[in-house]
Amino acid sequence: MSVDVAELSSRSRVHYLNESYGLKSWLLTTDHKRIALLYLFSITFMFLVGAGAAALMRIQLLEPYGAIVQPETYNKLFSIHGIIMVFFFLIPSIPAVLGNFLVPLMIGAKDVAFPKLNLLSWYIYVIGSLFTLYCVIFGGVDTGWTFYTPFSSTYSNTHVLAAALGIFITGFSSILTGLNFIVTIHRMRAPGMTWFRLPLFIWSMYATSIIFVLGTPVLAITLFLLTLERVLHVGIFDPAVGGDPLLFQHLFWFYSHPAVYIMVLPAMGVVSELIAAYSRKRIYGYPFVAFSSLAIAFISFLVWGHHMFVSGQSIYAGLVFSLMSFLVAIPSAIKVFNWTATLYKGSISYDAPMLYALGFIGLFTMGGLTGLFLASLATDVHLNGTYFIVAHFHYIMVGGSVMGFMGGIHFWWPKITGRLYPDKWARLAALIIFAGFNLTFFPQFMLGYLGMPRRYAVYPAQFQVLNVMSTAGATILGIGYLIPLIYLIWSIRYGPVAGPNPWRAKGLEWRTPSPPPKENFEETPIVTEEAYAYASMPAEKSGA
Amino acid sequence: MPEIATNDHPGILEPHFESLEAQHDARKMGMWVFLATEVMFFGGLLTAYTLYRGLYFSGFAQGSHLLEVKWGALNTGVLILSSLTMALAVRSAQVGKSKLVTIGFLGITMLLGAMFLAIKFVLEWHHDYVEHLVPGISFGYAGPHAAHVQLFFCFYFFLTGLHALHLIIGIGILLVLSVMAWRGRFSSQYYSSLEVAGLYWHFVDIIWIFLFPLLYLIGGRS
Repeated sequence: MSVDVAELSSRSRVHYLNESYGLKSWLLTTDHKRIALLYLFSITFMFLVGAGAAALMRIQLLEPYGAIVQPETYNKLFSIHGIIMVFFFLIPSIPAVLGNFLVPLMIGAKDVAFPKLNLLSWYIYVIGSLFTLYCVIFGGVDTGWTFYTPFSSTYSNTHVLAAALGIFITGFSSILTGLNFIVTIHRMRAPGMTWFRLPLFIWSMYATSIIFVLGTPVLAITLFLLTLERVLHVGIFDPAVGGDPLLFQHLFWFYSHPAVYIMVLPAMGVVSELIAAYSRKRIYGYPFVAFSSLAIAFISFLVWGHHMFVSGQSIYAGLVFSLMSFLVAIPSAIKVFNWTATLYKGSISYDAPMLYALGFIGLFTMGGLTGLFLASLATDVHLNGTYFIVAHFHYIMVGGSVMGFMGGIHFWWPKITGRLYPDKWARLAALIIFAGFNLTFFPQFMLGYLGMPRRYAVYPAQFQVLNVMSTAGATILGIGYLIPLIYLIWSIRYGPVAGPNPWRAKGLEWRTPSPPPKENFEETPIVTEEAYAYASMPAEKSGA
Repeated sequence: MPEIATNDHPGILEPHFESLEAQHDARKMGMWVFLATEVMFFGGLLTAYTLYRGLYFSGFAQGSHLLEVKWGALNTGVLILSSLTMALAVRSAQVGKSKLVTIGFLGITMLLGAMFLAIKFVLEWHHDYVEHLVPGISFGYAGPHAAHVQLFFCFYFFLTGLHALHLIIGIGILLVLSVMAWRGRFSSQYYSSLEVAGLYWHFVDIIWIFLFPLLYLIGGRS
């Protein structure tokens, strides 16, 4: 089959991208695949805003007394960076983009259960992000992404309300997405697609959706209380009239710790798909990996107090939360061991998505192990509030979630657009990101251990070398993110035509043309085998 | 589950569902999942309430005694009655009664909902405002534990306000459903919107069943 013929057939064939044109056909679409792309544009934009704030922070920290901005501005930079990256990029990243695109495809459905609700959740996300952007443009917010009271309720004179309202609104978008996925996975599976034939990505999206549905409303009510307290000063979090500022922290972390798993569970799902596809084996211990997602979702609701070891909660609460935090490491470790076991005697190829997956395993392991330092009561007293924490959660959120997101985007890009990207550039970018990431954040572990506190615009001169290293790493990381942005956009027009299954991967999404037709499948697929049945496929790859 | 071809139900069966049953099940499940979200939504607020009530019981009891039990009790009855008429509205569609019966029951349900709101706003909230019991806007209670009484009234207004908001949304939904029923959209085969709205309505009632004792009946009155 010559390339020209393939290209011709891809242009003439009707698929979800060319079945209708014009802005209206996108803004009023109920097609889960188009909604996924709407999300992709929006979260990429928000990512660039958040990354801009991070870049300014790293420039500031080149010099001990601050290179460019006043401390007040620095406070706003890290607050905006945190708020945008957590609530407007990481939380919706994999679920709303890859999840929306893939959940119906992977289970053999025509769409999610509630397509209009799906579109509504994108609009809610956009409205929420407009509030946040308003807050950024008209003066910012300086409470950090955690909005601790009484600073946020009484003392801060920045745009706390706009930021809190933005997050409150966006929360409903997460809830509706989670609701949609749960019902879709329960009710819309194709004939023969039993629970234990589901791809592990679906299990992880299911676990994530449970956290969306059960966690997010608590954050919403917390921000609602914060808003009322700030407007009316009625004393819910104000000790002067009997209120308790710690209550805010409890309620906030009740959502925001599970939210960490909202960010990393989907990436774990992506990695399971990538590891299986590029070692051409079934995931070792499939049921364990599947149930570990649910176990993580469940235990994640019981560990929030480890954010409050030094906040003045009771020592016995601290003991229990410490124990629970160690427990949540077990299902995560099960995943890491099972991925590693899958690689054993696998027929491994190092395509760009696989590089991201392997990067994920390494970086997530480091992030997870350093988490145990913080889950131990005694060491946490030393490390709390330092750069050690910053490094720890960036290893999870950037080293874990963003690597997973990038790997997933690269893996399913041919399915989404019908085009291949230049593989050499993609591998190079993956390596640059890996190197840049470690150079950015490993020095921060050392800085934190040596005692440099987080959230300060200035620092003692002895920390400068490590800070300069970190900024240099951030620059490399930034370049690493820019390269895919360029070649992926390039590939939409100039990339070679991908064909339905360029990676020779298993999974229903690869059994339909790329890009898929509007109804996903020409006829409803019937599933007759377990997930990742690579053994039934010849080992060598075709020249795609 | 019998297979029903798409073209048998134009305008009723959405194209991505295999059958009306599948669509009905999905919608019902969607509402249950949404109600789980709602439980956590009110749950956060009730957790905060429980904490402060434990810490400042006498203040909360004092605040509770400033509420009129008779209005709360009457409203409880009104809402339970509305749950009955809501269930009858769903049932009437399910067994294929005339659309006027369905609309009638929906109308009574909405009226009862409106009656609840009237009692809540006109007889209770307005009275609280006149008595200066609204924290942040007009609060002038001067007895012992004044700060804690204020905290009680914060939760009273948050909880009843949030509940009233849910009820207003519920009435809006029933209004839309009444119009749909008038246009003959529902039949014994297709009534899933009614049933799903019914689930929501009953949930809002159940919330009140919790709020009434938690707010009105604490601390034993003499």
